Amino acid sequence: MKINRKLFPYVLTLPALLVCVGILIPFFTAVYYSLQRYNLKMPHMKGFIWFDNYVNIFTDPSFWNTIRVSLTYTFFTIIIELLLGLGIALLLAKRTWLNNVLGVLLVLPLMIAPALASLIWRLLINPNFGVVNYILSFLGLEDFTWASHPDTVLFTLIMVDVWVFTPFIMILLLAGLRSLPRQPFEAAELDGVPEYYKFFRITLPMLFPFILTASLFRLLESIQQFDIIYALSQGGPGESSMVFQVSAYLQTFQYTNIGKAAAMMVVLWAICYFLCHVFVQQWHKLKIKTKGELLQ
Amino acid sequence: MSINVWSILKFFAYVAIIMFFLFPIAWIFNMSFMTNDEILRKVPVLFYEPTFKNYIGLWEGEIAIEGFATMYVYFKQNLINSAILSVGSVSVTLLLGVPAAYAFARYKFKGGEDIAFTLLSFRFAPALLIILPLNLYFSEIGLYDSYFALIWVYQLITLPLLLWIVRGYFEDISPDIEYAYRLDGHSWFQSFWKISIPLAKPGIAAASLLCFIYAWNNFVFALILGSSQIQPVTVGALAFITASAIPYGLIACGIVVSVLPTLILALFIQKYLVQGLSLGAIKG
Repeated sequence: MKINRKLFPYVLTLPALLVCVGILIPFFTAVYYSLQRYNLKMPHMKGFIWFDNYVNIFTDPSFWNTIRVSLTYTFFTIIIELLLGLGIALLLAKRTWLNNVLGVLLVLPLMIAPALASLIWRLLINPNFGVVNYILSFLGLEDFTWASHPDTVLFTLIMVDVWVFTPFIMILLLAGLRSLPRQPFEAAELDGVPEYYKFFRITLPMLFPFILTASLFRLLESIQQFDIIYALSQGGPGESSMVFQVSAYLQTFQYTNIGKAAAMMVVLWAICYFLCHVFVQQWHKLKIKTKGELLQ
Repeated sequence: MSINVWSILKFFAYVAIIMFFLFPIAWIFNMSFMTNDEILRKVPVLFYEPTFKNYIGLWEGEIAIEGFATMYVYFKQNLINSAILSVGSVSVTLLLGVPAAYAFARYKFKGGEDIAFTLLSFRFAPALLIILPLNLYFSEIGLYDSYFALIWVYQLITLPLLLWIVRGYFEDISPDIEYAYRLDGHSWFQSFWKISIPLAKPGIAAASLLCFIYAWNNFVFALILGSSQIQPVTVGALAFITASAIPYGLIACGIVVSVLPTLILALFIQKYLVQGLSLGAIKG
């Protein structure tokens, strides 16, 4: 009976665990592949080559380009989404009729599949009939090249990412803003503290855990973004929007170079693992904090 | 005076936000009721006679295009696939995830937290790292291009999501209620089924709807692990837009039909969205 009681939680989690073990196997296989010379077109060449794939990708300028593009994409999406999301959250913080309706409606882009969001924008910026081009022509901006030129493709992709994921930051920060205790603000009001001072010294520090959580979530997703980029530019023109996962996808299905693709993915995984570690620590702290506040 | 400037700025901010975030959705809906000629005008038309031809064509799978022969589209199958994959994944997730979530919430057991975090970390692992080897495996054992295999892989995103949200709900239930019920001579399973699950029901319902949305919106799994026979709308719509000669109104219509289910569901889980999106870290 005693053993039964000890084993019981494991029995409950076992099915979920088994499904995930099925996932762990491919993970280790991928790591193993990354140490092999493995090209589907040349099966007889298959063999163990230790870290040659890694040496290869890190001496390849196009992989450095991939790193540069991925980091640029991640950096700009997160900065813009944070600022915009924070701004909108502040604008909508007061519970008025309009703000409540907008709070509901603004979540909609987030609920659209990122791949479909790319397709929506492809129709809106189509060079022949795109309505956005028509609107921009009034602002004196004619024939903007969008995704068809290396100089503007990243801008276009970042715009779509911002469109989809700003609501994510917005909704989290809005919840944070509305849960802040009132007393510090009331005290500041009594002392006649100026608005900007209230914002930088009270609102922002108290909102910080929420900002951190939201940005870490976004960071992990943004650096791995595949759907938006694949559906809009497939890494092109040239390699101007080639991010990690798109690069690995093409490496696998165009060049059938499994070993190299696996090595790239392991590098990306290492970056994500590090970020995830930071994330989990913060997540724990925040959970304790919000739970604690709830009990009061 | 300064208040006036402030409120004018605010007004423009509202207009800009609504234009950027909501106009694209509205315009796609608009386009789906247009004929190709109306869409292709250089100056967008605002007043036109809405046509349902696109919707009918999409459903029947046949469209007559002037100057071409009749064209066949298979988008209906994509819709059915999306429904099968999403409903299937959520069902499996509920079956596997709810008991596990209960265990994580109720029992302190060795390795419990580690297992929970390992499951969570799948949500943040690069998808391709896992799917590329799976692609080769599945081809070998004949699982490539099957609903079963895809639903299994979908658990990667839906299972951690449900687990972490529902876990929080179980934690909020006092164990004393369950003990009292069991002292009356009921078994563990009875107390789980009659007490714990009903009490956590709002959380379970919201989590399953969110899982449904995530499963419906997934793109990369089916792109790599399935042929066009079982691919959902996300992949189908991309094939649609890259194929030549399909009227733009029909593409817009396909997109509208694909995003509508998730948009409607999103309105139902408003209250739980913050908690769900932050995996329970932030209470909304």
